[in-house]
Amino acid sequence: MTTEELKNLKSELVVDARGTACPGPLLAAKKAIGDIESGEIMEILSADEGTKNDIPRWCDKVGHEYLGFYDEDSFSRLFLRKD
Amino acid sequence: METTKEPTIEMLQKQVDTLTKKVEKLEKNRKDQLSIAVVSGDLDKVLAAMVISLAAAAMDTQVKLFFSFWSLSALRDPKKSPKGKDFISKMFGIMLPKGKDKLALSNMNMVGMGPMMIKMLMKKQNVMSLGEMFKQAGELGVEITVCEMSMGLMGFKKEEFIDYPNLRFAGAATFVADAGESSMQLFI
Repeated sequence: MTTEELKNLKSELVVDARGTACPGPLLAAKKAIGDIESGEIMEILSADEGTKNDIPRWCDKVGHEYLGFYDEDSFSRLFLRKD
Repeated sequence: METTKEPTIEMLQKQVDTLTKKVEKLEKNRKDQLSIAVVSGDLDKVLAAMVISLAAAAMDTQVKLFFSFWSLSALRDPKKSPKGKDFISKMFGIMLPKGKDKLALSNMNMVGMGPMMIKMLMKKQNVMSLGEMFKQAGELGVEITVCEMSMGLMGFKKEEFIDYPNLRFAGAATFVADAGESSMQLFI
């Protein structure tokens, strides 16, 4: 998805994992994913650079659809659709 | 008259059954499971083992840790002091780090300055502490097995280990069996 498309997405849940380094954001995402329904969108805020590689790998493995990310000033927003 | 061997339904069924069994066996041998033999008791190496375990557990991989030899120090609870140890066990108890907060670095230890600096940096950069990692691991169902033999060697008692959900005590065969069916095996 393009940054524009991502910005227009309506996230069901925003997980703020900016206060934690690897593997914190992944753990936060894993814990939060249970709180939304299949097909809904989750947004993860992370200041950890590695998260941009880790979240797609996690999605790929457990079956969620990774939609992409875009950078803010000091962190990134990552989007996925729950399987 | 010529008899052609047309495969019957029964024959096909039999073949499918045989294949199903084979696939089941193969799948069992390559479970989505990570087995780590954690032998080192260095702060950096125990950290590595825990970070990898947490990432794997978050990715729905079953994680089985086998703590052996020096790594047992990381599982000691500094608040617990079991009775009834003999002289050598007591000496070992005194000489070995009492718990995960007392572990040394494998490099740049500098009489404890190194670990202090690393812990400061970890805090500054929002890396979870080892204590927090064990807590998360417990919540995510990471299994920890303590090697009975090294526990005996070092004179540790079951009562002096941390409160960890379903902490198990077993021998090398348990690791071999777990590792044998895991798709990932590590030695740290």
